[in-house]
Amino acid sequence: MPGVTHVQSTLNGEVINFLCEPRQSLLEVLRDVLGMTGTKEGCNDGNCGACTIILDGRIVDSCLVLGVEAEGREMMTIEGMASAEGLHPLQQSFLENAALQCGICTPGFLLASKSLLDQEPDADEGRIRHWLAGNLCRCTGYDKIIRAVMQVSTAK
Amino acid sequence: MEPFDFVSPTTIEEAVKTLASAGDQARILAGGTDLLVQMRAGRRTAPLVVDIKGIPELNVLSYDASKGLTLGAAVPCYKIYEDETVAKVYPGLIDAAFLIGGIQIQGRASIGGNICNAAPSGDAIPAVIALRGVCNVAGPNGTREILCEDFCTAPGQNALKNGEILVSISIPAPQANSGANYLRFIPRNEMDIAVVGVGTSVQLDASGQNFVSARIALASVAPTPVFATEAGDSLAGKAVSEEAIQQASELAMAAAKPISDMRGTIRQRIHLIGVFTRRTLNIAIERARGG
Repeated sequence: MPGVTHVQSTLNGEVINFLCEPRQSLLEVLRDVLGMTGTKEGCNDGNCGACTIILDGRIVDSCLVLGVEAEGREMMTIEGMASAEGLHPLQQSFLENAALQCGICTPGFLLASKSLLDQEPDADEGRIRHWLAGNLCRCTGYDKIIRAVMQVSTAK
Repeated sequence: MEPFDFVSPTTIEEAVKTLASAGDQARILAGGTDLLVQMRAGRRTAPLVVDIKGIPELNVLSYDASKGLTLGAAVPCYKIYEDETVAKVYPGLIDAAFLIGGIQIQGRASIGGNICNAAPSGDAIPAVIALRGVCNVAGPNGTREILCEDFCTAPGQNALKNGEILVSISIPAPQANSGANYLRFIPRNEMDIAVVGVGTSVQLDASGQNFVSARIALASVAPTPVFATEAGDSLAGKAVSEEAIQQASELAMAAAKPISDMRGTIRQRIHLIGVFTRRTLNIAIERARGG
């Protein structure tokens, strides 16, 4: 019977240590071991993007990463997006544009949008729509989400 | 997922030794975008998962004008299309790397994994076949090379023997006046599995008016990716013309042996192979002419 493994990584800027079984996805570890329930489980097979996190600077579906693969790596989840000063501009824009209804997809959309604008602050609508194709929303019809991201983008 | 043991070797020798002793009990993990889905759904079982991302040779991404491209089997798609040199020299490879899954999937999924997963619909496989890709394999008896067109043997099955791993894919440097392209048909804009896919490469003569050679490979129309040799060879020595392209597309249609399933019917798929062969050839020709 495979046992548990000790893993050390960085989560939202803090060094963390946890124990997990190899069979546990990073999504399960975040939610069930670390209590970071901001990361949501949608389809659990890499289609919906609800479990999107930023791993070493790139967005990934945390349901398709093993917890043990986090060893030595840097993770950012939705819990790390706002600062002590307040919400991230994308979070504020999602609120102002009513870019969420049930909210399950929102953490994934926010992190995916952040990773795009961090690397391309002037991303235009086409680029934003393409980048967010791996995130599904079943409530809003996407336009409000796209509008919220465009408001933060510097593209004119 | 069912419980399994997990190891992450840091050398090819260590990985080969582990895989050879575990036999069919082991599965290789690269980006995990196929394997973890299959294991969770119970379609694959693996008492031992071997993560090969810690092996330096599997993370190589290097281009040399004489040797061509060496693409480590675990290099994720985004690293390929964000590499300016590779993007410029191999647009036909980038076509595939840029449309596998969404951005999240491209952060993990590798071309090597796409080839090893051996899905008939694997987008990278026709693109790599068209570019004369060779799979560099290491195993208990040393190393060997397998042409990409010979690598997939059945749906989900590949030519790797017990203890072997795909280390890298070599793609020759493009010849003068050559171009390549991969296109697929999906009913959505993104995030879908190919109903059909076509990868082509062409080499033209210096005038840009005649074919020297061409290669055409097809996805989602047979139990394995199809290298449509007759279709490609039919263009060799011919003037670039609508008739020649039409004839090649008909030969590609003849090479397609699709099934009807939830993504498309036999008739639709064969029709689409014709359309997409013509379309990709025209893009490859344009690229060969420097367009």
